[in-house]
Amino acid sequence: MTTLTTVAPATRRIRSFVHQMRTPTGAIAVIGTVLLVGLAIFAPALWGAEATEVNVDLIAQGPSPEHLLGTDSAGRDILLRTLVAARTSLMYGMLATLIGVSLGVIVGCLPSILPPWIGRLVTAVVNMLVAFPALLLVLFLAVFFGQGATGAVFALGLAIVPDIARLCQTMTASVVGRDFVSAAKVLGVPRTAILFRHIIPSVTDVIVVNATMAAASSLTAMAGLSFLGIGLQAPAYDWGRLLSEGLARMYVSPAAALTPAIAVTLAGIVLTMLGDTIGRALGVTPVISMRKLAGLPSRSAKPEPDRAVAPQPENVLSVRDLHVSFPALGKWVTPVRGVSFDIARGERVGIVGESGSGKSLTALAVAQLIEYPGRVEADAIAFDGVDYAGMSEREVTTHAADLGLKMSMVFQDPMSSLNPSLRVGPQVAETAFLHGGAIRTQASDQATDRLAEVGIQNPKMRARQYPFQFSGGMRQRAMIAMGLMGTPKLIIADEPTTALDATVQRTVMQVLDRVAVEHGSAVMFISHDIALVTGFCERVLVMYHGEIVEDISSADLVAGSAVHPYTKALMASIPTLTTDRSRPMATVADFMKEDKS
Amino acid sequence: MKNMISSAPPDSPDAVAVSEGPLQVDVVAPPAKKAASTNPWVSYLTRRLIRLVISVVVLVTAAYLMVRLLPGDPARLSLGPEATDEQIAVRRSELGLDTSVFTQYFHFWENLFHGDLGKSYSTRLPVFDVITQRMPATLEISVLSIIVILLVGIPLGMAMGEATRGGRNRWLDAMFSSVTGLLTVAPVFVVAAISIYMFAITSPVFPVAGRSGPSSYVLPVLALSLSSTCALARIVRAETFNVLEADYVRTGRAKRMQKSRLFFRHVLPNLVTPTLTFAGLLFGGLIAGSVFVETVFAWPGMGPVVVGSITNRDYPLVQGIVMVYGVLILLINLVVDLLIAAVDPRSRITKL
Repeated sequence: MTTLTTVAPATRRIRSFVHQMRTPTGAIAVIGTVLLVGLAIFAPALWGAEATEVNVDLIAQGPSPEHLLGTDSAGRDILLRTLVAARTSLMYGMLATLIGVSLGVIVGCLPSILPPWIGRLVTAVVNMLVAFPALLLVLFLAVFFGQGATGAVFALGLAIVPDIARLCQTMTASVVGRDFVSAAKVLGVPRTAILFRHIIPSVTDVIVVNATMAAASSLTAMAGLSFLGIGLQAPAYDWGRLLSEGLARMYVSPAAALTPAIAVTLAGIVLTMLGDTIGRALGVTPVISMRKLAGLPSRSAKPEPDRAVAPQPENVLSVRDLHVSFPALGKWVTPVRGVSFDIARGERVGIVGESGSGKSLTALAVAQLIEYPGRVEADAIAFDGVDYAGMSEREVTTHAADLGLKMSMVFQDPMSSLNPSLRVGPQVAETAFLHGGAIRTQASDQATDRLAEVGIQNPKMRARQYPFQFSGGMRQRAMIAMGLMGTPKLIIADEPTTALDATVQRTVMQVLDRVAVEHGSAVMFISHDIALVTGFCERVLVMYHGEIVEDISSADLVAGSAVHPYTKALMASIPTLTTDRSRPMATVADFMKEDKS
Repeated sequence: MKNMISSAPPDSPDAVAVSEGPLQVDVVAPPAKKAASTNPWVSYLTRRLIRLVISVVVLVTAAYLMVRLLPGDPARLSLGPEATDEQIAVRRSELGLDTSVFTQYFHFWENLFHGDLGKSYSTRLPVFDVITQRMPATLEISVLSIIVILLVGIPLGMAMGEATRGGRNRWLDAMFSSVTGLLTVAPVFVVAAISIYMFAITSPVFPVAGRSGPSSYVLPVLALSLSSTCALARIVRAETFNVLEADYVRTGRAKRMQKSRLFFRHVLPNLVTPTLTFAGLLFGGLIAGSVFVETVFAWPGMGPVVVGSITNRDYPLVQGIVMVYGVLILLINLVVDLLIAAVDPRSRITKL
């Protein structure tokens, strides 16, 4: 992984902006904004007089070389009027935004500095106002301000307040909960100082992006109010007024209505794109650019000699020279590079390695679950006699029943791996229903049996519940039950206990052990916990930077006969009862360094 | 639907009142013990309806204060500048302005329950009659638009989400993003103006003004629904991306089912809540949109009344409109929340 820590944040920001300006959206946004602001500043001085001068000889003419888009009912050039109106439209839109965002930020930050009960009251009021559409607020406020530009601007500004305030509230609430704010509180820093030093800086990015978006909608909304006759009043004019004047003569000269209509839409789009661009540059919204991808790196031509052995049929799984690649930041990265291994029937093999070493991707590739744009290439991925290497998505589908019944997956995070909208029972039963030829009632009976088998009390009732009504350990056991609906020849367990506490972890491991024994299943057990792996598996594969660096029996590994420096370092960094606790805990990196010197 | 969470027997309507009593010990469902004596639906509905009532009270009070806090004498305003002092005094007692503020506020509520929203300053007609006479036309195009928005926006967003996830079909992605992006930003009155140009002037297919026969609905509904449809499609697509990336969809894929089953059974239910939430917000926005649409197409709905009430400073009318539209939005929110509760079991239990 490349580190960006050496680059100062400010420089990185500028770089990020420059990068975004080079994208089509960014370029259009920036050029468009410059044009818009330029028009607003210079157009009235250049053409203002000409655009307001009434000319009785030229009333309502069609397009001509002198007047490219024709003239209006007072003989004034439509194009010039539209260009000049950029100032009023932009100005009033910006004013409304300025009022709305400033007030919104103030109101939004109040709950974090006021006494809690007032804070809650403010939050409640804001939440209620958010549900009301802006026009209703405008209507409400127009009563106070009266019709006209001032009223409309204030009304529009105030209409933005609830949205920005709510955004600010949720943002500040999340920041207030963070450690550095708690630390500042403990140190006795006054609340207002916390607000200005810690809270506001951390929410500005999001506010800036949303303010730009708000400017876009204020601009069109202001034009809308003028269009209805409750915004800008004659003789002043903006795009909204021009449109409403033009609409009456739509049949005679469509340009009179269409020109301001297009102008207001373009301005809205440019500002929206600007917000989008700023957002991307500040990292408020994630950006995925895959357009200029370098070619996929070709696999190394020569596999290691001892791995080149043909897949053995007695093995439940044989993997040869497996590569998994993903596009990232404009080029292909290959987190799994040339992995080869076998798992015999009924054998338990552990895969250990640090996060990012490619363990989970190897498992997903074996299970044919790597999705586009990820790429899997291998000489062989033979599972139970079928070689899946090089098969298309469609070809894999023809083996759906095989994979579904004979290979079972137990995923890492029990909290997120069960579908929150479906009851647990049907989720567990689904495999039998899909591939086992079971009808729905049979499948659900079988699911109840399996839930009981993994030690879930009251399985009938539990099967009717949703995952959110299960504890973490129960969900993980339900996941295992789900894998037992067929007769698994291979159970792929990807860090099945990482998210669980130590006692639940033991129960889950016992369940996994019993299940593997009863069904004679082979297990591919992925973990970063060496003690857990050596206790459960017969053999251990050590992965490091996308490659298998050591293939060793658990007994040998525990006895200390590992060969690869990474494995040695890994073993040495596990603290034991005899570890000298007066020294800082050793890490893998320390041992690797030692090894190199 | 009923009793899916608790295993307690179906509740009688007065179950809420009983729930304060001693809890039944329920050995069958320990996690649901707290809710055991009450059907979750009943308690959810109760809480939700209490919230609705509070919101209505706040809304009505705000609408009352809106006119009360205005500078000037409502009696003088309602009679115009030429009124004599005597006329105004009579009017003041007619309007109850010579009593205390609390009496007046109470009186205001009393009138509301009788369907009396006061009289319009400009036309002298009862506000209630004006609104009931104009509202149906507005509701017609609004409801039709809601149907169009949901029926087009949701399937379009999902199909695009499935087709363009993870960088698939990049040209389709670019086309969808730019077209819907443009149409989402385009304000309703611009869409209305351009649709007149395209479908009424360039090729006269649809009538452009008034309400007469089915074909006259086409352009108003198109103009009112287009932006919202695109906005909804965009949101649904983004949500589809999120769900497709979720761990539980990977679990679903590991079961090797058909793509259609994966989508409709595992993905779709998880899209309902965010989609409905956003759609609820869009429906509120339709009220604003309808004002523009009705102005452009001379539609005989609330639009002209809304605009007229502001230009004429017709306070009773504005007050009435704010209350009626406010209640309408609160009801829409209620319906959306109930729909979400019906589909998403979590919202009944965890959220208010």
